[in-house]
Amino acid sequence: MAGVEEGNKPVLEMVQAEGADEGCITFVLHEEDHTLGNSLRYLVMKNPDIEFCGYSITHPSESKINFRIQTRGGVPAVEPFRKGLNDLTDVCQHVLNTFQARVKDFKGQSEAMD
Amino acid sequence: MAASMSNVEELRNRVILNEFGVRNVHTTDFPGNYPGYNDSWNLKKFQKKFRIDIIQMEENSMEFDMVGIDAAIANAFRRILLAEVPTMAVEKVFVYNNTSIIQDEILAHRLGLVPIRADPRLFEYRNAGDEEGTEIDTIQLQLKVKCTRNPRAPRDSSDPRELYINHMVYSRDIKWVPIGNQADVFGEASIAPVHDDILLAQLRPGQELDIVMHCVKGIGEAVARVLNSRLDTCSREVLRHDDLKNVVKLGRVRDHFIFSVESTGILAPDVLVCEAINVLMAKCRKFLNELDAAEVE
Repeated sequence: MAGVEEGNKPVLEMVQAEGADEGCITFVLHEEDHTLGNSLRYLVMKNPDIEFCGYSITHPSESKINFRIQTRGGVPAVEPFRKGLNDLTDVCQHVLNTFQARVKDFKGQSEAMD
Repeated sequence: MAASMSNVEELRNRVILNEFGVRNVHTTDFPGNYPGYNDSWNLKKFQKKFRIDIIQMEENSMEFDMVGIDAAIANAFRRILLAEVPTMAVEKVFVYNNTSIIQDEILAHRLGLVPIRADPRLFEYRNAGDEEGTEIDTIQLQLKVKCTRNPRAPRDSSDPRELYINHMVYSRDIKWVPIGNQADVFGEASIAPVHDDILLAQLRPGQELDIVMHCVKGIGEAVARVLNSRLDTCSREVLRHDDLKNVVKLGRVRDHFIFSVESTGILAPDVLVCEAINVLMAKCRKFLNELDAAEVE
């Protein structure tokens, strides 16, 4: 289906089975592994519109994952995928802000004690 | 904490350790699994519950707690810290002369493992297929050591430290050769191996090393562990005593993680953690951009 060309190699492909509707899509993410796969799966699963979400690494020597989303209620699968990515970005941003604030406090505290 | 937890709370929040196995490992709080609970993703709820406590922080190592985050995301940070935070390391070794008994490839392997103190954020990745390397993506280092006999050694000495000069090659002998405008950008002696005293090779009189190394930005090189208990090793000893077995229940809080980050010295551990979080955000952004580009088509 849709493949995006980056140089010569696509980074994200979407595969939809024959006869299935827009709600069931398998995204093939290249150059990715459990790091993004599992965290994205967790956030997509937190979406109440999702009927099924899972990912698998097709073969350990190829660095790509098949990320499948099936939605209920006619929602196109691209939406929860996009929402999951946005949510993961929000989580990371909040973790980063909290961490930096705590490091600053900790350093300030240890300087005050010296 | 209440003495007894209702079953549902326990399923949702605790990982139970039994005598011969571990139960309740997987996260189950997804929408629809528990009637009466609203488990949809809610950023405000996450922000309220999430906290980070820094236990200790030194020059090269730190320990902190992350509470209120799921294992999937904590593990993603751990994986990135271990393998995807960029650092500068020796990649190409040009051996002009090596008459020591250490083989070329062994020596090259050892040189590749030496951490180089250079901030990887100030460098770019080298383009694939680019052999030469430019000042923006390469650091050039040189190792030139020749071992000679010490003419002033006492007659009957058998101590190599007295008999020979330059017979041990340490990482402090690696010198930086600035290319292009690096001398202005980085100042006189600021790029060097992190540790001075890594022994690279041993020589005897007449043997010499003349090696040039190219150091590029790549992925790897920190040590990170996620512990699930601090001094409490959560030993299951108590389950071996029959009379206590049925009275004690051991559980671990599912969303409390203890991170212990030890850096190789190139970047401070708190910088490493920030870089790791940025790497994960960059991955998400990359796919969001791909999605947007696909929509446009």
